[in-house]
Amino acid sequence: MQVGLMHYLVLSALLFCTGLYGVVTRRNAVAILMGIELMLNAANINLVAFNRYVTPTAVGGQVFALVIITLAACEAAVGLALVLAAYRSLETTQVDEINIMKW
Amino acid sequence: MSWALELLKAIGLTLVIFTFLAVVTAMIGVYAERKIAGWIQARLGPKHVGPQGLLQTIADTVKLLQKEHITPRRADVLMFNAAPVVVAVAALLDWVVIPFGTLGSRVLVVRDINIGVLYFSAMASITVLGILTAGWSSNNKYALLGGLRSAAQLISYELPLALGIIWAAMVAGTLSTVGIVEAQIQQGGWFLFTLPPPIGRLGAPFGILAAVTFLVAATAEVNRVPFDLPEAESELVAGYFVEYTGMRFALFQLGEYGEMFGMAALAVIMFLGGWAEPHLAPYLWVAVALGAVVLAAVILLTARHSLIIRPVLILAVLTAAVSLLMSVGIHLPSIVWFLLKLFTLVFFLMWVRWTYPRLRLDQLLNLSWKVLLPLGLLNLLATGLILTLGGR
Amino acid sequence: MGELGVFIILALVTLIPAVVVVTSHNIVRAALSLVPSFLGVTGLYILLQAEFVAGIQVLIYVGAITVLLLFVIMLTEGGTGVRLRQVNEQVPLGAMAAVWLAFVIIVILTRTVWPIGAGSPPPYNAVAIGNAFMTDYVLIFEATSLVLLVSLIGAIVTARGEE
Repeated sequence: MQVGLMHYLVLSALLFCTGLYGVVTRRNAVAILMGIELMLNAANINLVAFNRYVTPTAVGGQVFALVIITLAACEAAVGLALVLAAYRSLETTQVDEINIMKW
Repeated sequence: MSWALELLKAIGLTLVIFTFLAVVTAMIGVYAERKIAGWIQARLGPKHVGPQGLLQTIADTVKLLQKEHITPRRADVLMFNAAPVVVAVAALLDWVVIPFGTLGSRVLVVRDINIGVLYFSAMASITVLGILTAGWSSNNKYALLGGLRSAAQLISYELPLALGIIWAAMVAGTLSTVGIVEAQIQQGGWFLFTLPPPIGRLGAPFGILAAVTFLVAATAEVNRVPFDLPEAESELVAGYFVEYTGMRFALFQLGEYGEMFGMAALAVIMFLGGWAEPHLAPYLWVAVALGAVVLAAVILLTARHSLIIRPVLILAVLTAAVSLLMSVGIHLPSIVWFLLKLFTLVFFLMWVRWTYPRLRLDQLLNLSWKVLLPLGLLNLLATGLILTLGGR
Repeated sequence: MGELGVFIILALVTLIPAVVVVTSHNIVRAALSLVPSFLGVTGLYILLQAEFVAGIQVLIYVGAITVLLLFVIMLTEGGTGVRLRQVNEQVPLGAMAAVWLAFVIIVILTRTVWPIGAGSPPPYNAVAIGNAFMTDYVLIFEATSLVLLVSLIGAIVTARGEE
């Protein structure tokens, strides 16, 4: 059996939902960011798979995937800087302990 | 079933590369480093084990193999054992894209990936993970500090490394290592001194700047002096591998030496023409041979009692021999030229190691972010401008 | 046949560490499990003949983002060992939602008829992507570089603390 578009789509759906489970259930802020990275990877797999199977001669999907990788790096950097800054004043990284608006 | 054949070929070539690295870089490289270090420091280096100390590395390997494997009590065992493997494997995987020369019409490379130099810099960035894991899983404050410092240094110097690589890829017009060497063969000169015509020799400053940026970043990437603060014995008790004993320690060293040789090999490919032999007229080769002989004679007569004459004499004799062969018309095989250039560059790196003092961590990071990164970017911009104006 | 075998191996290498990432109690081990997951995705890109994206994925995701995550874990409290409770009270609800969403997405995707295009990918990937970035997609290229600059400055300012 040949590897078709459907295989990649199912795989990326499973990866996306794994990341979603991580974002919803984890308490540590860094673990939530790891779930977000998994979701972005799943979206990237989708884009590159569509590029390969629907429009093989164009590279638009790969361009978009590269932009998403770059933006994921930016977002990880800013998010982790926020976690560090929050840890410095609130002394915790568990997101369900950060439930008052002042410190 | 052709995929089974490809798999077998890949495994076989991997074993060949591993053997080459284990024998050449680890054994000969460590021996050469200790001898050269000795001569520069006015002492003799290993002399007792075997003739002229040639079996010293084998003795050291046997010693390391029979040492006990100690794991710290509350260390994370899986990560503790995996970290040296990650570092060593990432350093060995670098060598997949390095071409050694040509044999007839085939290029001797394990796999000429068409994103070759990008793959190389990706493998070089995996070692950071191994070092961070080693520092963390040792359950030791000094190891953690050394690991964090080393990781900060390595990720800071990945940028000038990548800028040097991008410079060479831009001038050659391709990301493949074989393509970069063939671009240099086609233009008839090394990227270090010439840019593609019609710019020619005017591009020498850009090439030299790119090569210097790359080599400084490469020295920092493999944690060598003058950038070895994270692993210096007098600073942090050997940093991130303080808790490693026996063969795991040897794996770290193998990774470091393999990566140093790999970076030197990539610099040879990108800036020194790879396996191409220099094109000089026969009388120029005779002139080079005569010059080497004169230099050797002058050094012998003036500095007879200093030990520094030994490596210089060896280099002069080697240059004279190679030049005489080339002037007569005997063409050395391309793999010999590649290895000659590789070992000359590695000698240069070792010479730098025993000449400069160690940089402090903030000086080290300043050098990367405030000096090498702007220089690399400006170099890239200027070279791109000149190539476009020159009509590429 | 070989390609399907490779795809299944890469899918397992991607998905099993991903499950470890979202369920492990040791957060350093969770962060390190991201690495085989990302390497599996790299293998999938190479299988899809997108080599440049694969190289960039290793360089940035494995070499930079994972290192950044590990740094922050080691500098905050996650690094002091295994905590008592790593997951919050939404575990059954979250698991149900994730499974249901996976089911819905897979059903929708398999029931749509995708227009499979003919042709083969360009032989030299990096050249095609470079050309595309400079001609068709130059706006997004410039915008991304601006976002990179702003986020770099923002991250430095945010993480620096009060002086």
